[in-house]
Amino acid sequence: MSDQETNILVVGGGISGLTTAVEAAEAGYSVAIVEKEPFLGGRVGRMNKYFPKLCPPTCGLEINYRRIKFSDRITFYTHAEVGNIAGSPGNYDVTVNLKPRYVNDKCTGCNACTEACPVEVPNDYNAGLDKRKAAYVPHQQVFPHKYVIDKAACKDDCGVKCKEACKYDAIDVDMQPESISIKAGSIVIATGWKPYDASKMDNLGFGTSKNIITNVMMERIASGTGPTGGKIVRPSDGKEAKRVAFVQCAGSRDENHLAYCSAVCCLASLKQATYVREQYPDSKVSIFYIDIRTPGTSYEKFLNKVQEDENVSLIKGKVAKVYEDSATGDVIVEAEDVLANKKIKVPFDLCVLATGMQPTVSEMKLPSDIKINENGFIVPDKDQKGIYAVGCVKDPVDVAKSVQGATGAALKAIQTVGRKS
Amino acid sequence: MEKKIGVYICKGCSIADAVEIEKLEEVATKEKKAPVCKSHDALCSPEGLDLIKNDISGEGVNTIVIAACSPRVKYREFSFPGNIVERANIREFVAWTQEPKTEDTQALGEDYIRLGISKAQSAELPEPFMLEELDKSVLVVGGGIAGITSALGVADAGYNVHLVEKQEELGGWAKKIHKQLPQTYPFESLETPTVGSAIEKVNSHDNIKVYTSSEIEKIAGVPGMYDVSIKTNGSSEQVKAGAVIMAAGWRPYDANKLGHLGYGKNPNIITNVQMEEIASNGKITRPSDGKEAKRVAFIQCAGSRDKDHLPYCSSLCCLTSLKQAAYVRESNPDAMAYILYKDMRTPGQYELFYKKMQDDPGVMLTKGEVVEVRDGSAGTVEIVMKDTLLGESIVLEADMVVLATGMVPNTKIEADVLAEWKGKFDEALTASGGKPDPNAVLEPYKVPNILNLDYKQGPELPGIDEAYGFADSNYICFQYETQRTGIYTAGSVRQPMHMAGSIEDAMGAGLKAIQCIEATAAGNAVHPRAWDQTYPEVNLTKCTSCKRCTEECPFSAIEEDEKGTPFHKMSRCRRCGTCLGSCPERVINFKDFSIHMISSMFKALDIPDEGLRIIGLVCENDSYPALDAAALNRARINPAFRFIPVRCLGNLNLAWIADALSRGVDGMILLGCKFGENYQCHFVKGSELAEERLGKLQETLGRLMLEPERVELKQLSIQDYDKLPQILNDFADKLDEFEPNPFKEF
Repeated sequence: MSDQETNILVVGGGISGLTTAVEAAEAGYSVAIVEKEPFLGGRVGRMNKYFPKLCPPTCGLEINYRRIKFSDRITFYTHAEVGNIAGSPGNYDVTVNLKPRYVNDKCTGCNACTEACPVEVPNDYNAGLDKRKAAYVPHQQVFPHKYVIDKAACKDDCGVKCKEACKYDAIDVDMQPESISIKAGSIVIATGWKPYDASKMDNLGFGTSKNIITNVMMERIASGTGPTGGKIVRPSDGKEAKRVAFVQCAGSRDENHLAYCSAVCCLASLKQATYVREQYPDSKVSIFYIDIRTPGTSYEKFLNKVQEDENVSLIKGKVAKVYEDSATGDVIVEAEDVLANKKIKVPFDLCVLATGMQPTVSEMKLPSDIKINENGFIVPDKDQKGIYAVGCVKDPVDVAKSVQGATGAALKAIQTVGRKS
Repeated sequence: MEKKIGVYICKGCSIADAVEIEKLEEVATKEKKAPVCKSHDALCSPEGLDLIKNDISGEGVNTIVIAACSPRVKYREFSFPGNIVERANIREFVAWTQEPKTEDTQALGEDYIRLGISKAQSAELPEPFMLEELDKSVLVVGGGIAGITSALGVADAGYNVHLVEKQEELGGWAKKIHKQLPQTYPFESLETPTVGSAIEKVNSHDNIKVYTSSEIEKIAGVPGMYDVSIKTNGSSEQVKAGAVIMAAGWRPYDANKLGHLGYGKNPNIITNVQMEEIASNGKITRPSDGKEAKRVAFIQCAGSRDKDHLPYCSSLCCLTSLKQAAYVRESNPDAMAYILYKDMRTPGQYELFYKKMQDDPGVMLTKGEVVEVRDGSAGTVEIVMKDTLLGESIVLEADMVVLATGMVPNTKIEADVLAEWKGKFDEALTASGGKPDPNAVLEPYKVPNILNLDYKQGPELPGIDEAYGFADSNYICFQYETQRTGIYTAGSVRQPMHMAGSIEDAMGAGLKAIQCIEATAAGNAVHPRAWDQTYPEVNLTKCTSCKRCTEECPFSAIEEDEKGTPFHKMSRCRRCGTCLGSCPERVINFKDFSIHMISSMFKALDIPDEGLRIIGLVCENDSYPALDAAALNRARINPAFRFIPVRCLGNLNLAWIADALSRGVDGMILLGCKFGENYQCHFVKGSELAEERLGKLQETLGRLMLEPERVELKQLSIQDYDKLPQILNDFADKLDEFEPNPFKEF
């Protein structure tokens, strides 16, 4: 007996998964979303702005959340992971493991538990740049707007202050993990990506200085919902970061790390350069690159716009070394400026490593006929029916291409399920 | 339906700490005469919900006002299908943003009860608009790789397809190439084109009818019921369709304009398109004498990334040249390929193909700027480059030069066609005695070209000017948005893309076409109000045929009959309500959203003789959530403001401003999305139109002897919630400088 039957099961609630889900549902199909985190939105939810429009991701997410709220065809499970997948196209049996949230549906989002919670832990949502409580929501625009308790962070001796504070009987510290089984006609895998571990590149100094950060951290720092409320400062001492370096292909296009191009990092750095320039009129930004990759119409236009700013320098050259000057906290970047044919050594307040994307498929058990290549990406197979991969789990792609692929995956999924009317 | 109103007030989440609940109840029962009014400690709890459900079944309550949290939360709990439900947001807008138990806070809470009840009194349950007849087949315009893929995708999902191709055969550019790029890991080997097997599938598919040598003569009608005339070799055929996919593809940039790169001056300077032909014929030979070309140079960005030609990057030329370099190398192991580039752009896993070619000693890649292309000796070509990685100018001799020309979308109308069109327009103008026809405004998208829509606002998709002629979406998160409901674009007519990208994109467009048909069949709107079953209803007896609605509709959903009377083509409509805002006679309304509704809400407010009262009309998708976020962060919001959500600021009807100000409201702030370049309004021009309408307000306010500054529009993004308190306070301070609205006394 299955607990739920659905036409399509979507694994992952980031931009790709959400898109497949709402597009298929609005075509008349039932969809269940399974998301690992306690909230939907995935990586895009953590972005400050989208390139090249510099518009907030929350705007489009809000529309997608409304589409979910108003649809009676979409169910979603957060804090949940897919276990076993059995069966065949049209008829899959999927085990979904629900992690305990320790907060039930009675939660009104009143924040009393957070206020009462005595524990502070590094905030993983903000890449550990600030602290959060053990009873929390990462910020106020998350969906679903329902609190969660990080039990691993809880102190046994706190006296369950959160439960005491909750007037609505919403906290259930004895909540147990649960497994449910879902029958699905088709499965779409949209488990997305994670940033490449920057500490693997010894020469770039990540971990040796707080002022050497990744591009993902930079998004949080620049975000109004981030650790500094959007103020771009260097983490070591809170000083305004007015001299900022971006090191492109930090791991990408490098056979010792990621053999492929991560496709978004050039645009991400150009975008982040605008964050700095907008905040501090007297700031200077240097972007060290191999090739500037801004394919297409609006991306090239965006490049041109950033290039017009004389305080943004694009320097073609491989960065040899990044390290902190312990006396000043400055970060020194040593690089080769190949067009000028010289070696340079420049101090910055902050150095942003444009680290690439790694697919996160390895974290789930997939049926044996799903092929994964040496880079970790799912290999789409034209003959493979019933299970489809979309977004960054298949190829490193930007939001626009994720949306295109995710909409197309909805068509493949409904082909498997069959026409309904 | 006879309404029986029930008002349910939640005391939880600090609401009861902030306001006197009994007084709110009095407003509901005594002042607004609600027959049922109850409060509960936690209305969203099972017990609280039972209170409401019991009144629905036992008391006959059918119109429910929930005075509790924001409508953006607890949406499942407070859903009572078949009943009218309004939410008065007294948690976020009162309890969490105001000082508890003050006079101002109490007044604010009471006003939100009044607003909620008035709104519920004016609302009606939606009755979906159903088309009398519906055709579920999909028209696909363009039979290249994108069109073929869309057609197969849609047909395999069980829908019929009409596939129209201008050329004699299907396949487009995909059929003209010698080999295709690797489509899958390890992205190393060129592949025999696969388009042939796709064409076979199309031709043998029961659900697909193919029209080659054919063009679209006209598309009339609406999503769900288009009447399409297809012209084939001079004769017309009429078919019906429910949605359209436009995959009209691209053409190479005209190499004749690339004289500076030697094109036309030496026959051995060719384009990448010609290179495909040469490679298909076998050996790589040069045109001048048919001798084998052993040194082939590729000049990248030939026309692309060049402000004098195509300012954009055509996306696939780097990969194409790498592929063609492989032709050169495969054709003769001693041959050399030189690729002269600005930036090598091989995003994603295509980097692996780049790497493979880079590792080939017979392929030389050099960054630099080509300054001259000139004749060498014995038919060769010399290329002069500067700013190379070697730091100096170099001269490269090649047997043949391939210009990596870029893509021009077929939606792009060339200047000569425009000129011809203008000529015709001028002729018609002269013939009509110089009386300008407002329907024939000369804008590029109004020149008939591919779709030939029989639409009031012109025959092609608007918005292409902003995207260099590409029929692209303005929205990053919503790639298939066009301003013509039911018409979706796919492949390189939308964005420059390679074949694998086109295939993926075409599947997406296929889904959108099916989705639009099914939504229309169910009486629903499509994105971004896909759940909406209301639609604009027009009281034509009062219409003066002023045409404002037909002109301002972002989706060309309103046509005019021969007398000039407007009528909605309903399934083209996105339910944004721009028409509602445009109408000076206030005759366009929705079941759950009307001019009268908002005006009656203004009238319901308690306007004291002293103290500011300001109305905030807010975009429900962006500004409203920003207000909620401010509240969740417990920001203090000026208590003078009463916020009323609208579908879009395009709803702003100037009558509302007169209504509000003549009631004694001191001012009105409009919070909506960014407009202009990179606009964020999901109904294209909502906030911009509101601003335009405000421009016409001066006179009205002058007549009322009021300062025009009393009404102001602010562009606000969903993330600007931290700025909100200040924006609101600044506006209130400004109003404080004026005398109180003299109408307060009336």
